[in-house]
Amino acid sequence: MDIPYTVKPRPDTGLYNAKIGMWLFLASEVMLFGGLFSAYIFLRVGAPAGTWPHGWLNVTLGTINTVILALSAITTLLAWVALKLNQFPRYKVFHALTILLALTFLGIKSYEYRDKFLHFEVQLKDGRIADGHMVENKRDADHIVLHGHYVENRAELMDGHTKGKEHTELKIPRADIKRMQNYGPAHNNFLGIYFCLTILHALHILGGVLVIAYIWGPGSKMWFTDPERYTNRVEVSGLFWHFVDLVWIFLFPVLYLT
Amino acid sequence: MHATTQTMPHDPAHSAHHEAPGFWRSYIFSIDHKIIGIQYAITALAFLLFGFSLMAMMRWQIAHPGQSVPVVGPLLATLFGDVAAKGVMSADLYNTFGAMHGTIMVFLAVVPLLTGAFGNYLVPIQVGACDMAFPRLNMLSYQFYFVGGIIMFSSFFIPGGAAQSGWTSYPPLSLIVPTDGQTYWLLGMVFLITSSLLGSANIITTIIQLRAPGMTWLRLPFFTWAQFVASFLLLLAFPPLEAAGVMQLMDKVTGSSLFLPTGLAVGGKVAEVAGGGSPVLWQHLFWFLAHPEVYVLILPALGIVAEVIANNTRKPIWGYKSLVFASLALGFVSFIVWAHHMYLTGMGTTIATFFQTTTMIISIPSVIILTCLLISLWGGSIRFNTPMLFALAFLPMFGIGGLTGLPLGFSASDLHLHDTYYVIGHFHYVVAPGTIFGLFAGIYFWYPKLTGRFMNEFWGRVHFWGSLIFMNVVFMPMFAQGLAGMLRRMSDGGINYSKAQVGLEGALSPTIMELNHVILWGAVGLGLSQIPFILNLFWSIKHGEKIPNDNPWDATTLEWQTETPPYVYNFRREPIVYRGPYEYSVPGCDKDFLPQNQPDQPTSKP
Amino acid sequence: MDKILNLPILASEGGADSDRLIIFLHWLMFALFIGWLTYFLFALFRFKQTAKSKANYHGVRSHFSSYVELLVAGIEAVLLIFVAYPVWARHTSGFPKESEATVIQVVGQQFAWNARYPGKDATFGKQDMTRVAENNLFGVDPNDANGKDDVQVLNELHVPVNKPVICYISSKDVIHSFRLMAMRVTQDAIPGMRIPIWFKPIKEGNFQIYCAQLCGNGHAAMAGGRLVVESQSAYDKWLSSKSGGATSFE
Ligand code: HEA
Ligand code: HEA
Ligand code: CUA
Ligand SMILES: [Cu+2]
Repeated sequence: MDIPYTVKPRPDTGLYNAKIGMWLFLASEVMLFGGLFSAYIFLRVGAPAGTWPHGWLNVTLGTINTVILALSAITTLLAWVALKLNQFPRYKVFHALTILLALTFLGIKSYEYRDKFLHFEVQLKDGRIADGHMVENKRDADHIVLHGHYVENRAELMDGHTKGKEHTELKIPRADIKRMQNYGPAHNNFLGIYFCLTILHALHILGGVLVIAYIWGPGSKMWFTDPERYTNRVEVSGLFWHFVDLVWIFLFPVLYLT
Repeated sequence: MHATTQTMPHDPAHSAHHEAPGFWRSYIFSIDHKIIGIQYAITALAFLLFGFSLMAMMRWQIAHPGQSVPVVGPLLATLFGDVAAKGVMSADLYNTFGAMHGTIMVFLAVVPLLTGAFGNYLVPIQVGACDMAFPRLNMLSYQFYFVGGIIMFSSFFIPGGAAQSGWTSYPPLSLIVPTDGQTYWLLGMVFLITSSLLGSANIITTIIQLRAPGMTWLRLPFFTWAQFVASFLLLLAFPPLEAAGVMQLMDKVTGSSLFLPTGLAVGGKVAEVAGGGSPVLWQHLFWFLAHPEVYVLILPALGIVAEVIANNTRKPIWGYKSLVFASLALGFVSFIVWAHHMYLTGMGTTIATFFQTTTMIISIPSVIILTCLLISLWGGSIRFNTPMLFALAFLPMFGIGGLTGLPLGFSASDLHLHDTYYVIGHFHYVVAPGTIFGLFAGIYFWYPKLTGRFMNEFWGRVHFWGSLIFMNVVFMPMFAQGLAGMLRRMSDGGINYSKAQVGLEGALSPTIMELNHVILWGAVGLGLSQIPFILNLFWSIKHGEKIPNDNPWDATTLEWQTETPPYVYNFRREPIVYRGPYEYSVPGCDKDFLPQNQPDQPTSKP
Repeated sequence: MDKILNLPILASEGGADSDRLIIFLHWLMFALFIGWLTYFLFALFRFKQTAKSKANYHGVRSHFSSYVELLVAGIEAVLLIFVAYPVWARHTSGFPKESEATVIQVVGQQFAWNARYPGKDATFGKQDMTRVAENNLFGVDPNDANGKDDVQVLNELHVPVNKPVICYISSKDVIHSFRLMAMRVTQDAIPGMRIPIWFKPIKEGNFQIYCAQLCGNGHAAMAGGRLVVESQSAYDKWLSSKSGGATSFE
């Protein structure tokens, strides 16, 4: 016995099973990201005065990534429309674009992560702080080289928009260093929740693109045997993809612009 | 059991697919919801027993702090080493067991039994479907559950032991305890949550999409409705805890301080963290799940009880619609009461007012549900068999648990009762003699459907009376202890606060301390009362009394209108539903029950 | 009912409100439970299946149960509006003036209670979370003159009787819960937060301070805390015996 309504919609609900399943899944995803966004607000509102940074992220890269995801939403839609119109080759092209765009997004995201991991705040024994990107950090060398600048006070680092001082190569003897930490999740809570949110989002992108790529590649044989079912698959994976894009539309202003 | 030789009316492609699927495919990697239901049942019952054993050892420690645990002491010493030196349970071990008792009971035993086992097995048949909407996801859901269980279980044996900061895992404590158990706990939870999400999306889709012709919403058995609401709770309440779990994992693994505030000094050393985080944030996210979760623990049990009561009073459930709407209301409101677990975290007047109000509002639908079930008894013709006994006992026991929720719901009285044994008493009355009795009722009731045989009635009664009496011996004294001020999570059973130790005014009196011994013997009795059940469960598979026909209880709902055990795709012919679920003793009918799929005019053809 | 409930000794003015609510609620619960139970047992007895008995398809027709439900809802509403809200409002926002109260800061740690009194000048020295260090639990500013006479004690808190007490509750490591059962006040001690509570002791005596929140493996043994309620003169004597900057931070 076949399970009914896997392909054709049930008349009284107007939906096929997988679509309902996806909507339910997305409802739970809304709660997942909703929980994280609430956490973000909670942490930000409760942060001790002067400890929540601004402008630490690269808005240009963020904007590019936003555009990329927006474009991929369009190609996803067009891919599905192409199937509906029975134009399989066009579908192939559009979803190839979706996959490429998604990979570009992930590429840019990893570049941003790398940038953060190379960015160090070095507290010196004399109370000053050196802040900048690590150029040289050999374990056996007695110094490190940082491309950055010195500040007197941590608070000066909190606003990344105002790039006051020139960045230069700083050679810092290890003996002068009290504490050294990169801009990873442990650095402060902004970065903590930033990584938490964006890693989770990037995992969703990764999962989504794997599914889309499977349907696009090896799974596409189904188009020739069961086109309706195949179109449904594309539609449902598209729903997920739109949701993931939507999350980014919230993430971008919240993390990059405020 | 039917020995049907009639040819299958369905496409042959599938019967080919079903030819001798082999042991692994039929029992281990099955996608049949009935097999998956049974897998859930076995795993979860094992965890139930395990969760109880942890607690039995803890009750010994509470009654006899510092004395070697009898019988299993040497085993503990070999398994856990230092923390159980000479078989004595240390505070570490006590806290580990306590945290894991709560976790196992809630996430690995009771919820999987209610939704994974009962929900999986019954919902598709009750709505007249051939399987769940997504059979493969169903299998995956069990596998996630199983892996989560393995992770939780194995964490006992890592160095330092399992999680030990309560099932609530409040940071900073959970982040600073020097064991990786907490990391295992968080990972395990991520698996369990994923399993629940898959399972609940599946149940909801099944109910929406796969109802048989004629099975309108208001003809669904109440059990299915309860599963529907409970699944929504799981689907929407669990993700925030998943978010919180991921955040706590970040704190644990990457050293971030999302839950760690500035100015933390642990053990005389200032913590090397960035700070600025919030421990209270975790509590909000945790209770946002954990409150709806408690209704997940009760709703399906209420569903089971309603089925059993309708069947054994031989009359319709009174106020079926009120039951349905009350459950929906319960579901909605349960999302906005969570902070009643947090009155003493420094909650201001306004917020406390809000949460007290919602807490009182949520007690109304519970009262309505219970009242409907109570009134259903009136005018019935009550059969007292084992399932019915458990279902009946559920009512006053849940009543006690629910009523004692009221003093906790007012912040002014919670002030005194918070974190005392009164809370423990409150919620165990709802989950143990409440939910667990519901589960027992369900097991005795549907056992014949699975096996074709009844469970032994006499030993069923022994099990019932033993459980009823000892449950009360265990949990009733806790109210007295709680009111007198005995705190929960005391690894020494509270002697440090007893009159004998401190001699201060208001210290715990010897009578109150003495109750610990009563409870210990109650717990032992409770454990012994389960032996007839366990033996009965296995013995009756082969030796129980055979059922006279496929519908031995003369029931109306669809699961009883198919063969025993049900055919792979549940029904040989898709059932057509003509009426509501509880048409018992309809005036003018010769039999006292009218199955949902029986046409009004009996047709001449079979 | 008071006898049956066996509530512990009460030594504060406001605590009676809590107790009254608890007692009243238990009367209510008791009445409801007995009422339902009587009905329940009667129904079981009356409608037991016999050879001839036949169930009644319609069952109860009256609306009596709806009235009971409405009554329960009504009582809950009355309790909320006239008892629960006002009592909690008084508890959380009805603070006395600091000048007319004994002010104490309490910081929990694994596994004891630290307390800090403002000393003779009745003003605390400046504090700041970022200064918290292993030898400076309260984050006291060592340069502030007001802090010189502040008194710090471990586990034993003294307060004068019949005068309101305000405590600022915090913790330096994990969450504890500062519970003065005899005063009917409890407050979670949460690191990173400083939350005020107040009560007015009206009985002299030695009372237990409980830690009500799981705070680690010594949680059950965190029972060393005492609240000593004594006459004003005894209290003054105690305080002066302590002061002198012995425990302040230089
Ligand atoms: C299945 C689980 C379940 C259920 C149904 C409930 C139901 C309720 N709970 Fe409970 N609760 C828990 C599980 C549950 N709870 C758990 C696990 C905890 C502790 C967690 C922890 O801290 O570890 C807890 C803790 C808890 C607290 C926090 C206490 C504290 O920590 O200080 C509060 C406070 O408001 C509360 C309130 C309530 C209320 C008002 C209800 C109401 O919904 C109850 C409404 C029901 C009724 C009012 C009953 C009506 C009675 C009848 C109709 C009588 C019938 C009688 C006869 C047949 C004789 N609960
Ligand atoms: C669903 C949830 C659930 C259930 C059912 C139970 C059941 C029981 N609980 Fe539990 N308990 C919790 C959830 C639950 N508990 C939670 C959340 C906590 C808080 C933890 C914390 O503080 O963090 C807690 C804490 C807790 C404490 C407080 C510890 C402390 O604060 O220090 C105590 C003390 O007595 C206790 C006792 C018991 C007992 C005696 C049972 C008994 O009712 C058990 C009855 C069960 C049986 C007797 C087993 C029957 C077995 C079978 C039928 C198996 C058949 C098997 C096969 C066929 C293979 N529990
Ligand atoms: Cu401190 Cu418990
Ligand atoms: Cu709750």
